[in-house]
Amino acid sequence: MTQEKKPKKTIAPKKNPMPSQDPVQRARNFDEVTLGYSEEAVVAEAKRCLQCKNAPCRRGCPVEVDIPAFIALVAKRDFAGAIKKLKEKNALPAVCGRVCPQESQCEKYCTLGKKHEPVAIGRIERFCADWELANGVLPQEVEPPTGKKVAVVGSGPSGLTCAADLAKLGHKVNVFEALHVPGGVLMYGIPEFRLPKKVVQAEISNLKNLGVDIEVNAVVGKFAVVDELLNGGGYDAMFIGTGAGLPYFMNIPGENACGVYSANEFLTRTNLMKAYRFPEADTPIRVGRKVAVLGGGNVAMDAARTALRLGAEESWIVYRRSKNELPARHEEVDHAEEEGVKFAFLTSPTRIIYNDDYWVTAMECLQYELGEPDDSGRRRPVPIPGSEFVMDVDTVVVAIGQGPNPLVPRTTKNLACNKRGNIVADTETGATSKPGVYAGGDVVTGAATVILAMGAGRTAAKSIHAYLNGKN
Amino acid sequence: MYRVVKKEVLAPTLNLFEIEAPLVARKAMAGQFIILRVDEEGERIPLTIADYDRGKGTITCVFQEVGKTTKELGALSEGDYLQDFVGPLGMPSHVENFGRVVCVGGGVGVAPVFPIARALKETGNEVIGIMGARTKDLLFWEEKMGSACNELHVITDDGSYMRKGFVTDVLREVIEEKKDIGLCVAIGPLPMMRAVCDLTREYGLKTVVSLNSIMVDGTGMCGCCRVSIGGETKFACVDGPEFDGHQVDFAEMARRAVIYKPLEQQALSRFVEKQEHSCVCGCGGGEK
Ligand SMILES: Cc1cc2nc3c(=O)[nH]c(=O)nc-3n(C[C@H](O)[C@H](O)[C@H](O)COP(=O)(O)OP(=O)(O)OC[C@H]3O[C@@H](n4cnc5c(N)ncnc54)[C@H](O)[C@@H]3O)c2cc1C
Ligand SMILES: Cc1cc2nc3c(=O)[nH]c(=O)nc-3n(C[C@H](O)[C@H](O)[C@H](O)COP(=O)(O)OP(=O)(O)OC[C@H]3O[C@@H](n4cnc5c(N)ncnc54)[C@H](O)[C@@H]3O)c2cc1C
Ligand code: SF4
Ligand code: SF4
Ligand code: FES
Repeated sequence: MTQEKKPKKTIAPKKNPMPSQDPVQRARNFDEVTLGYSEEAVVAEAKRCLQCKNAPCRRGCPVEVDIPAFIALVAKRDFAGAIKKLKEKNALPAVCGRVCPQESQCEKYCTLGKKHEPVAIGRIERFCADWELANGVLPQEVEPPTGKKVAVVGSGPSGLTCAADLAKLGHKVNVFEALHVPGGVLMYGIPEFRLPKKVVQAEISNLKNLGVDIEVNAVVGKFAVVDELLNGGGYDAMFIGTGAGLPYFMNIPGENACGVYSANEFLTRTNLMKAYRFPEADTPIRVGRKVAVLGGGNVAMDAARTALRLGAEESWIVYRRSKNELPARHEEVDHAEEEGVKFAFLTSPTRIIYNDDYWVTAMECLQYELGEPDDSGRRRPVPIPGSEFVMDVDTVVVAIGQGPNPLVPRTTKNLACNKRGNIVADTETGATSKPGVYAGGDVVTGAATVILAMGAGRTAAKSIHAYLNGKN
Repeated sequence: MYRVVKKEVLAPTLNLFEIEAPLVARKAMAGQFIILRVDEEGERIPLTIADYDRGKGTITCVFQEVGKTTKELGALSEGDYLQDFVGPLGMPSHVENFGRVVCVGGGVGVAPVFPIARALKETGNEVIGIMGARTKDLLFWEEKMGSACNELHVITDDGSYMRKGFVTDVLREVIEEKKDIGLCVAIGPLPMMRAVCDLTREYGLKTVVSLNSIMVDGTGMCGCCRVSIGGETKFACVDGPEFDGHQVDFAEMARRAVIYKPLEQQALSRFVEKQEHSCVCGCGGGEK
């Protein structure tokens, strides 16, 4: 549409298909589901891009990756150039290419998408990042040391991005992480079959090459509180990116019975602690015959698909709205269906039934119908009176959301939080109510996305840099 | 990595480790715990802080070998390193001057009760200590406990040392004899804590217990450690581990504690088998 003079090129209406493992096979292993484009496929896909002058796709990307520019380089097979272009805006392309909800972000606004399938921006992005990992990561430039020290609390995507940006500007950065490995949800939450842990660790070793020190086993609020780190700890500023790690439960009877997990526990045992390799790895997990996962987001899909891989005969998603409202990435829903995950829509549990030994034996549910739209614009689910029925399950995984962990807010003086316990931070700067303390990611927004957390880390890094310069 | 600077075998399956962890030692308080991993494949297990030395930067833990991980831990020697060690976790004990208090330690529970007794005594309380064990060989820290208490009673289930009977037998006498007790702290196996609470409930004596629910992260992230306290769900790792014993749903705790029993047994027998196979000298294991 923008190229009038050239002969009209014919555009393949569909995305180049993503090669993936056979659904039956992959539903029983933890290897990555999608295999990534070949060089031929990625170039063909890049050539589908119309190189729109106004680049509407960019507006859909929370960090405004220069999408047409990097895709043009891919079309010319300049992969090194493409990754460089990507990294100007996105510090974790190997991660974002895999887990961004592209259908509601960049690809949603793609011009091609009006008539055909949009350009597979995420898949091209992933190819570039994987190409770089395979061909050696180019060393990044680091400014001369400024003599300023910054503490970053939490090593999820927000903390990692903030740390990398500050390190490149010449500041000394120490990251404190509560768990024994850095990465946040990328390590403990999102499963191996969707985001291989070696990809995450490669991004983290990048950070170490920039001179960032990561201290694991360091719970801020316990071994030291924020004020101690700032006054006397030698830090000139601080970023808090502690995420939304506090699992919510339904508050229905029977939720403490044996066989009821929070999604966090279920996924942490499996991903972080490698329970799928028990007994080679020491941490056990027990997945029953029939698993019900409560919720419809990415976390729920991950738990339901993990359950199959751990050997469950049946794995159900129990969601109180309908398929159209599922908040999970479309690709994950499709993958889950292909793998045999079953869906009980318009259904919500009322109690969990257990035996004399306190083990789950069933779950009583209520059927719902969709009523008027609510605040979120989605139609509100309304229970149908008298529609109770019993689902035969022996494991229940609760995946209805997470709140911010209260450890840091509880132990930090003068740090303003909202009613839900989220730290209040300026969206433009990341500044909190406490001078020198910035925050971003899920701890501010509530459970959101990797790319938003990353963007918040980047914003805060800019503000911290300005703050430190002003502090001279 | 965290170095084991001292190992003391207190009884055949009971070990004391002093571990170098200056950041933890700087902040450790009575009632808190740590989580450790022995090696890369290891699970995260919680142990209570039995003592700390801020000057040396060390934490002391006392643990019972009950399964794979604690056996593996027990096989380490002085100078060996632990992969991970994080803390101090959980809320510190609430210490104030209650006047007169009773501190009850059963079995390995004597270790976590010791720093609490010491802190209570330092705050001006008259501390009456009661410690019990199944048998004489399993008793430890009698002298140390003695120093943290104004009065110490020792009892064994089988009568192999001092009196024969249970800690609750002594506790009843103490309560009957000294009417004005402000607080009871009881740490030990679940059935013991439950028995203590049943007893003190009769007398309306406020009792604090420390709950050993199964944990993973210890930071409030997984919810695995949830316990019912007065009908409300709490996370033992961040809200506890100490709770009002009269509010605890011990029956639920007991059932949740054995969730992984079959898998734990599988891991243990595999470990024991491996140890026996790798050892040709007949030393009984210990070689990696
Ligand atoms: C199972 C699952 C699947 C998901 N799937 C997707 C997806 O497909 N696409 C997508 O875009 N998003 C997805 N998300 C959401 C995304 O992962 C999060 O929005 C993102 O990770 C938030 O980043 P963060 O940096 O704010 O925090 P986190 O990633 O939560 O990291 C916070 C880190 O801080 C540490 N921490 C907490 N408290 C302390 C403390 N007191 N001291 C020291 N360290 C501390 C934590 O241990 C953790 O490592 C998913 C989330 C989950 C749980
Ligand atoms: C806050 C807290 C403080 C503790 N302090 C001490 C202490 O000072 N000394 C001591 O000897 N023991 C203590 N424990 C118990 C100790 O953690 C367990 O004995 C240990 O985890 C058993 O691991 P294992 O592999 O050797 O045995 P396993 O065979 O795995 O388990 C034996 C039993 O230990 C419990 N257990 C298993 N895994 C865990 C886990 N990850 N977290 C908690 N409990 C588990 C279960 O009840 C299980 O049935 C404490 C537990 C908690 C929660
Ligand atoms: S970072 Fe995410 S939203 Fe932005 S271009 Fe890449 S895949 Fe799309
Ligand atoms: S909107 Fe689509 S076609 Fe246009 S530049 Fe962006 S990716 Fe290419
Ligand atoms: S151990 Fe995970 S929340 Fe307590």
